[in-house]
Amino acid sequence: MPDILTAPLVVEFPFTRSLGPVQSAFLTGLRERTVLGVKASDGRVVVPPAEYDPVTAEEIRELVEVGTAGTVTTWAWNPTPRRGQPLTTPFAWVLVRLDGADTALLHALDAPGPDAVRTGMRVRIRWAAERTGAITDISCFEPDQGTGGDGHTREPVAHDGQFPDALTGITAPARLDYTYSPGAAQSRYIQALADRRTLGERCPACRKVYVPPRGACPTCGVATGPQVEVGPRGTVTTFCIVNIKARNLDIDVPYVYAHIALDGADLALHARIGGIPYDQVRMGLRVEPVWTEGSPFPEHYRPTGEPDADYDSYKELI
Amino acid sequence: MPGPSTGSTGPSTGPLREVAIVAFGQSDHVRSSAETSEVEMLMPVLHDVLSRTGLKAGDIDFTCSGSSDYLAGRAFSFTMALDGVGAWPPISESHVEMDGAWALYEAWVTLLTGEAETALVYAYGKSSPGDLREVLTRQLDPYYLAPLWPDSVALAALQAQALIDAGLTDERALAGIATRSRTAAEVNPHAQLRGAVPAGDHLVAPLRTGDCPPIGDGAAAVVLAAGDTARRLCDRPAWIRGLDHRIEAHALGVRDLTDSPSTRLAAERAGYFARPVDTAELHAPFTSQEVVLRRALALDGPDAAGVRINPSGGALAANPVMAAGLIRLGEAAARIQRGESDRALAHATSGPCLQQNLVAVLEGEAR
Repeated sequence: MPDILTAPLVVEFPFTRSLGPVQSAFLTGLRERTVLGVKASDGRVVVPPAEYDPVTAEEIRELVEVGTAGTVTTWAWNPTPRRGQPLTTPFAWVLVRLDGADTALLHALDAPGPDAVRTGMRVRIRWAAERTGAITDISCFEPDQGTGGDGHTREPVAHDGQFPDALTGITAPARLDYTYSPGAAQSRYIQALADRRTLGERCPACRKVYVPPRGACPTCGVATGPQVEVGPRGTVTTFCIVNIKARNLDIDVPYVYAHIALDGADLALHARIGGIPYDQVRMGLRVEPVWTEGSPFPEHYRPTGEPDADYDSYKELI
Repeated sequence: MPGPSTGSTGPSTGPLREVAIVAFGQSDHVRSSAETSEVEMLMPVLHDVLSRTGLKAGDIDFTCSGSSDYLAGRAFSFTMALDGVGAWPPISESHVEMDGAWALYEAWVTLLTGEAETALVYAYGKSSPGDLREVLTRQLDPYYLAPLWPDSVALAALQAQALIDAGLTDERALAGIATRSRTAAEVNPHAQLRGAVPAGDHLVAPLRTGDCPPIGDGAAAVVLAAGDTARRLCDRPAWIRGLDHRIEAHALGVRDLTDSPSTRLAAERAGYFARPVDTAELHAPFTSQEVVLRRALALDGPDAAGVRINPSGGALAANPVMAAGLIRLGEAAARIQRGESDRALAHATSGPCLQQNLVAVLEGEAR
């Protein structure tokens, strides 16, 4: 059993999302400290608003303004806030039915401890100092000691949903952190590369040698077994000419990217071909890896000067 | 829905075709399986179910799997697992980005149509590479919920508090569910948590660590077969008498979190209420969710006194995300195959606070 390799893997993406008329009005409204709901076909006021009826699925867009204070319908005490959550100190998750609404909105409640929270308690919105048109424009909720809110309506009031500079989309950033482990077969492969060796694995059933090995033979559905050193030389089985420079890639175009059947392997891997003008690369060209100091894999492959391989010797690997 | 569903709300057309679970296998469920890739973890399970039926990978007519790229943190990660089923030469294959129970549903429909005689269904999930509670926030509504990063335990805790407020349970009753489940798991060699597990501190109150499922890695697979093929492959096939799945509004504040109308409707359409069952495998990762499911399925009270609930230990003993629902179907089927059950309910869930629910009714032939 090899040492299993691991590496940090960060997946981060700023999803850009469009808003329809209902969500646009709601999120723009938050920016203006106004909370909007939408009337469902049964007359219920849905907050936060959906674009479709929760029961009939029909489109709905009759907007109403509701209060900025409301009642906790259920809650949960969060003693250890996690990254990205609304508050960094212990808080309660709450579902709040705002005055005038018939459904509840999820958010955080800033309270000194779980003893200060109960279902049925009155809370009010604490607005974020800087608001951009996002659910986080509500910084959190805070206890509302019977003041009846901050003067906003207790009954839903018709609203045209119109605001200056209404939002048409949001950007929702997300980041997840992983520790990636490639498993046993690929760990062996990567560790061998550190010694400038290319390691394949043979299927015990069909005898094919896979490189890079992924631990399973896709033909037989069994674990690959004995390790086989392949290459270092190989044959170009097919190739393409790249004419567009990739971002962050310091290679002059045009260049050739090729499938290379390493000697002893039954699967071609792919790599860049160098050391030869791009328009002289051909199927059957014999190549060898070029290692550069500190690189964990061959920087590119170059011609060996041998005669080209016979087509029959690599036709099964194209 | 046409097919073998004989629910009381629609006319019965009778079964188009009989379909059964003929084999079930699963991995040991562990906190971390960093030493194996997904396909390396999955392969022994696939070999296990195939050897139980005497089938080879190439004999299977249709293959369907369930998994999630978000667990792995890599796009199209499920394609790598296909090496384990011998996907060359090309096979008839499909994938759902859901629990494998929904992959089983797709395979079941494919067998009903007559397009296939046998099907292999597998599911796997490795939660160890990432932070599961954060990963699961990405399945939430991206406008109103996901930006607040409410994690899976927090959402379950909101549901638990709603149940407590409604007088339907309390912390002591929840602890009892945890104890019963993990005691049952003592005879389950694959379980991750077995025996006495302390209730622990509040993770998100009112839920304590003991109310929450272990986070782990694991895989499961079943083989389905139709009619006489099933009888040939298995001494006592677990016939799927009905199978249905339903979904509720994604907005938590629209739903009554103390109830699960989608489970009740799916169960009705699957024919569950027609006759009593003796076994119920419920996919309830949190103790409080079992309370909701028991109410929806009328599993409390004297009429249900003879029903064995989660004899495997359920998701509180092992909860490999994306496989735990398929395991409920497999465990129920295995009990029928062993002669320990004649009619069983299997339930799978997906999404926050039991948003989506699938119910299957399995039966063994009279002995």
